[in-house]
This record gives sequence, structure tokens and C-alpha cells, in this order.
Amino acid sequence: MTDQTPVVSIRDVSKVFDLGGNNRLQALANINFDIFPGDFVALLGPSGCGKSTLLRLIGDLISPSSGAVQVNNKPAHQARLDRDYGMVFQQATLYDWRTIYGNVQLPLEVMNYPRDKRMARAREMLKLVQLEEFGRHFPWQLSGGMQQRVAIARALSFEPSLLLMDEPFGALDEMTRERMQMELLSVWGQTNTTVVFVTHSIPEAVFLSSRVVVMSARPGRVTGVIDIDLPRPRSFETRESPRFFQKITEVRECLRRDEVKGASS
Amino acid sequence: MDKSVAVSRNDIGLESPAGRKLPVGLRQVVAFVLILLALVALWEGYKLLGAVTAGSIPMPVRPDDRSMPHIWSIVGALFKPARRGGEDILLIILLRSAVFTWREALAGFTMGSVVGFALGVVFVRSRLLERGLMPYVVASQTVPLLAIAPMVVIWGSRLDWPAWTAVAIISAYLTFFPVTINTLRGLRSPDPTAVELMQSYAASEWQVLWKLRLPAALPYIFTALKISATASVIGAIVGELPSGIPDGLGRALLTFSYYYVSGPEKLYASIIISALLGIVFVVIVMLVERMVVPAQRRLAE
Repeated sequence: MTDQTPVVSIRDVSKVFDLGGNNRLQALANINFDIFPGDFVALLGPSGCGKSTLLRLIGDLISPSSGAVQVNNKPAHQARLDRDYGMVFQQATLYDWRTIYGNVQLPLEVMNYPRDKRMARAREMLKLVQLEEFGRHFPWQLSGGMQQRVAIARALSFEPSLLLMDEPFGALDEMTRERMQMELLSVWGQTNTTVVFVTHSIPEAVFLSSRVVVMSARPGRVTGVIDIDLPRPRSFETRESPRFFQKITEVRECLRRDEVKGASS
Repeated sequence: MDKSVAVSRNDIGLESPAGRKLPVGLRQVVAFVLILLALVALWEGYKLLGAVTAGSIPMPVRPDDRSMPHIWSIVGALFKPARRGGEDILLIILLRSAVFTWREALAGFTMGSVVGFALGVVFVRSRLLERGLMPYVVASQTVPLLAIAPMVVIWGSRLDWPAWTAVAIISAYLTFFPVTINTLRGLRSPDPTAVELMQSYAASEWQVLWKLRLPAALPYIFTALKISATASVIGAIVGELPSGIPDGLGRALLTFSYYYVSGPEKLYASIIISALLGIVFVVIVMLVERMVVPAQRRLAE
């Protein structure tokens, strides 16, 4: 894996927010890691550890105070202009004046796809997230989980090389959440997308990803990267397997080690 | 009516399936009629109370027929010639005036909405312009219309404009302000993530405006247009007075208030027609809103 060119390469990235006056917040300090093609990477940590900030740096929604983020061998800014990112937020952020078809077609309209291609892509994407009958509905007619599936379909509609997800299932109930995790894995299996997934749920991170980047707060930094070599396709049985619990424990200890260190310093 | 509405209808029409219109608000009509009847009953009840007590209790408005003509004499006056020996009944005369005034108001409403909308778009693009110009926009609304109107009329006559254009400008002056304020608020209404979503597609400023900010602003803009519809009628009526335009409701109201003593019901009749003009205009705006904005997105009325 290491001989491949990384999709995302983060080098010495720090981010300081100027809160006005003399107040500055060091959100991220000296972040270094790489993400490789086809990876499913979870950014895991307590709230305030800067995991969302890191995701937004990768997506060029904000810029680093120092260091560099390279995506597909170019600066993150260029990657955004080249439409290399599909983004999914905690809220589905569907435009409620558009139908579901209209929402999935939104990025395609922005990117000037021809009309017939847009419709074909929208149908294909909704089929992928199993919502093909809902194209003519409006967002408020769908449940939270369905809305989030539309958001995933929309993010993948233009085949971005990188899917950035910011706690996408954070607002869903536990049952829906587990179902959505399965569906996300199945969608990911059918596309060649590399995924970066922000979460504060340890089981979610372990179940979904091939690598978990464990972060700690104040200032946000990477405390460990754990490979999750659970077999794929992952299923209901995966959640009950001893290996799964072993990995969860490993991740938890990595998080805890840092807490202890933080408390003693 | 203005540019934004026509364009957005287009934009949304492409996306929304047909047949999402609400059924005609029958309950609203019933409620309107009931309230109207209640108001009539209050008016006549007050007069009746005055007649029965015959001045033995103090009443804020004298309940006699000069201060408060009977509802039926107001309605009756609409169907009699305005002057002895006149050809047309008062209703026809007033409706003709109302149509005349409405055309001025519509021109003012259109100008005011376009200017108000444009200012909103400019302000959302530039904080600097907003900070610099907003105080003047606000100040413009604190200057009494009675002071502005004669000035506009004088300038208009110097420039040889037709008289109605000055009236339309006065009407536009009252119209643009709510549209500016609400357009600005509406254009700023999308959440930050909705904007970030557009940024993640590397959308241009123009696309963000067109595909996100403008559709998000439509419910706010329509709220403003409803306020502006009534304001434009008031602006037109007030503007007709210094312009000396004889054909509109302004002159009718002025004339009948001169001759109030000889026929108070005619002034009341003119007031009712003026109010109806405003209501009809608002209803037209609401009907356009129904076509353009789906029910779930309309702001509470």
C-alpha cells in the first residue's frame, strides 16, 4: 500500500483560529498522515479535537495556518476547483425547494453537465442508495436517514475521487445509524471512492474503516493510526466477532493513553 | 411581477412536479365574511346604543348619521349618481379611479421592487456598500412622504414627464424599502453548510446566488411584496394630491372630504374602495406566491 501515491497527503499542518483580541485557538498542531486510493479512513476523537477542522482543511473549505495539504498531487485548493471532493455533512443540507432528483442534480448543474446526462446520473445514484421511487418527492417528505442517503447520492453523483463525510450519521438514531453504515459500505464497495469519515463513535469508526486516525484535543493532534484488518464485506456478524471487540479495545486504549498523558502533564 | 419572481418561477418550475397547488381557501373566505359581518354589527350596534341611550352616556365618537352613516347608506351611496343629475353611479366612478390609481401604483410597485431587490443583492455581495448605504436607505423612510411628494412632482414637471410618472416614483419610494430589507435577510438565510456545499462544488458566486440564495430568499421577498403592494397604493394616492391628477382615488378622497357635511357616506364609500384596491393587490401578490413558492416554504402570513 505504501508504494502507491497518496490521494491525500497532510504535511506538518497546523491551524490557529484568531478569535479576536489576543484570543487565539490552536485547533490543530503538526498533523502528518497520508490517505491512499480506496482507503476508508475514520478521523476519531473527542469533541473539540479538531477532526472536523481537519476534514475542512482537506476539503479546502478553510486553509491551514502552516503546512500543506496535497490532494491527488496538487494543492487542496486546486483539487476543489477540479471538483475532486464530494461532501456529506451531519445535516443532509438538501435544498427544500428542489425535488430529490433536483437535489442530486445540483452539483451536476453547477458543473454544467448536459440535461440528459444529469437525469441519467440522478437515477443511477438514487438506485445506488435504494431511493429510486422517491425522485419526485421533496426533502421534507423523507425521513432523516433517507435524506442522508440522498446527500450521499448527491456527493457521489459527479464521481469525485474523494468523499469527505463530517459525522454524517451523528443526527440519526442507533438503529438507522447501523443500517446506514451497512449501506455506506455497500455503496463504497460499488465505487472507487476514497472516504474520509469524521466520527466520535468508536464502534462506528472500527466497523466502517480500514484505518482509524485517533486524535486528541487541545491542541488537536494525531495520537495514533490503527489499521483495521477486519475481513470485508463486513456484516452483522462482524459486529459480534471477537476481532471487532479486540479492535475497539485497541482504539479505546489509544484514546485513553492520551487522556492519561494529558492529565499528568 | 418583478424580475426575481419571473426568473425564479422558471427555476422552480423545472424542478417541481405539477399539481402541488392548495385547494381554494374556502375556510379563509368564510372567516373573512364572518369578520366583515361582525364589524358591520359592531358599527350598527354602536349607533343603536347611541340612539337608545340618547346622549346619557359619554361616547368617544358621536353615533349620529354625520359622523357614522349607516352601513346601508354607505353601500346605497355607491349605487347612486355621485352628483345630482350625474350620469354614472358612484361605484363606477370610484372603480374607474381605482383602476387609474392602481396603474400608477403598479408602475411604482414594479420600479420599487426592482430597485429594492437590486439593493438587496448589492448589499449581500458587499458589506462595505451595505454599511455605507444602509443608513441612507433607512433615513429615506423617515422623511415624511408629504415632504417628498411635492418635490418629485416639481422635478417631474421641470423635466416634462407625464404627471403619472411622478406619482409612480412617489409610490416606488414607499415600496423599495421592505423589499431591500427582506431580500437581504432572505439572501443571507441559508445555513453556512448549504453555502459550503456550493463551495465544495467550486460554484461561482453567481451560481451560489442563483441556485441557493435567491430560491432561499423567495419566501422573504414575497412577504415584502405583500407589504409593498399596500404601500404602493398609499404612495399613489398621496402622490396624486400634489400632482393635481384628477382621475385617481386621491382626488376622489379629497373632493368627498371637502363635501363631507353634505354627504359623509360618499367619503366612507371612497375609503372602502381604496381599501379594497389594496386588498385586491395583496391577493394578486399572494396568488403569484402560491404559484412560485411551495406551501411548506411560505413564511407564516
